[in-house]
Amino acid sequence: MGPQHPSTHGVLRLVLELDGERVMSCKPYIGYLHRGSEKLAEVKSYQQIVPLTDRFDYLSCGNNNLAYAIAVEKLMGIEVPERADYLRTIVAELSRISSHLLWLATHAADIGAVTVLLYTLRERELILDLFELLTGARLTVSYVNIGGVRRDAPKEFFDRCDEFIKILPAKIDDYNTLIMENRIWLGRTKGIGVIPYDEAIDWGLTGGSLRGSGVDYDLRKAIPYAAYDRVEFDVPLGTHGDVYDRYIIRVEEMRQSIRIIKQCLKDMPDGPYKADIPAVTLPPKDRVMADIETLVHQFVLVSKGFEVQKGEVYVGCEVPKGELGFYIVSDGGTSPLRMKVRSPSFVNLQCLPRMVYGRMLADIVSCIGSIDIVLGEVDR
Amino acid sequence: MDPFLIIELIKGKFPGEVTGQGSFASQSWAVLGKGRVADICRYLKEDPDIKMDYLIDVTAVDYMPRAPRFEVVYQLHSIKHGHRLRLKVPVEEKDATIQSVTSVWRTANWHERETYDMFGIEFTGHPELRRILMPDDWEGFPLRKDYPIEGPKWTFEPWPEG
Repeated sequence: MGPQHPSTHGVLRLVLELDGERVMSCKPYIGYLHRGSEKLAEVKSYQQIVPLTDRFDYLSCGNNNLAYAIAVEKLMGIEVPERADYLRTIVAELSRISSHLLWLATHAADIGAVTVLLYTLRERELILDLFELLTGARLTVSYVNIGGVRRDAPKEFFDRCDEFIKILPAKIDDYNTLIMENRIWLGRTKGIGVIPYDEAIDWGLTGGSLRGSGVDYDLRKAIPYAAYDRVEFDVPLGTHGDVYDRYIIRVEEMRQSIRIIKQCLKDMPDGPYKADIPAVTLPPKDRVMADIETLVHQFVLVSKGFEVQKGEVYVGCEVPKGELGFYIVSDGGTSPLRMKVRSPSFVNLQCLPRMVYGRMLADIVSCIGSIDIVLGEVDR
Repeated sequence: MDPFLIIELIKGKFPGEVTGQGSFASQSWAVLGKGRVADICRYLKEDPDIKMDYLIDVTAVDYMPRAPRFEVVYQLHSIKHGHRLRLKVPVEEKDATIQSVTSVWRTANWHERETYDMFGIEFTGHPELRRILMPDDWEGFPLRKDYPIEGPKWTFEPWPEG
């Protein structure tokens, strides 16, 4: 099942041994999208790595940037202001909804329910428009940077965000009417790709795949970051650990994300949107063109970067796919000595041979969709 | 449980294996000797008070020109208790082998393959140690410090002669 295949969600190669229709062995071959991000990170300054992190899971860039920024801020001991926390949370949750919408679109389309794709992408366009208003880019936003966020959100953004989350719950109900109780959908997803509780932990699954097996582990609750300790939300859990449970969980996560965004919009504090640390954060842009010292300050920060003290840190964040972790080792320079990206899709994909062994060829497609992989993250 | 308490328990059970410990930004680690890594990991996983049933990550860091050159790093987490610990095992360049922990956690399989692919550290006891991100016949280990950032020097001939 070669790297060029509409249902493998990217360039994934599976070497299958089949006995008729039953899968006897499945070997994934990855690395087709390997771009050497970890090697690149060793020569770029810390701020320059932020756009690199966008490109890991390119469907939910807000979360990737957030995970990286929190790791570096922990390494440097920086505190971001409250407004930045709330803005980051809103962007992270919008990215989560956008990623889950696209996941639902491709998962359903692979299994055969193509209409869902047309419906969910319509709502995803609204989110991408919101991102364009806020940051200028639709997909790879690079909005969260070290010390805060890149720009303040205009009032129009909050109004449109509010409108969006008012219409979304009804749309999610629409998607459910299409597939949730559809006989074909249930036949293709119930009881497929079952991973029991202990095995899910042993295989290192995270995110929806882990919670589908009933393990209550969500990093937003376990080790809260950004504004997640100040908002209320539930973490849906599954029972059987099959493809259907993972689908139900992710749809419910979308509803919880709406809840989080609503609370963040209501509680949005005023104040600065980035930390005021001259050694790290850029000066206000209107001053840069006005006096020479600010221009020099901006120039030095952009061209050389800032130095980070010696140390090492591992921080994990809950991105839509699971736990995205950054292990950053610093030796006192302007680039990290080593940046390891623990990507959830890479670890979750390991479980695929276990899920499909003995099942039919068509179940592979359901299982790949339910693990929710993005090859950009698998290969980095 | 406080991570330093866990390190003390390891020291008690495996005397002489813990050669150092440290902490930074309220995250702690233990430096272990190479000899009994798999046994220590199994103990950490199975002891009910520690219960590090979740291996988050296995990776390596190249500290060239320091000797020992590499350090294999394990990030552990306990779902039940919520504590985290890092284990660091220095590995020499001449004898770049270490025990595999795939028998303790199944998830270590691909992590160790990636560490082998990128650094050349061999994991003894791994069921299928081959390259994972680079093509199977690639030469060289990309994440080592002496590997050029631009990639290997090759000449590409779009229109070969003859």
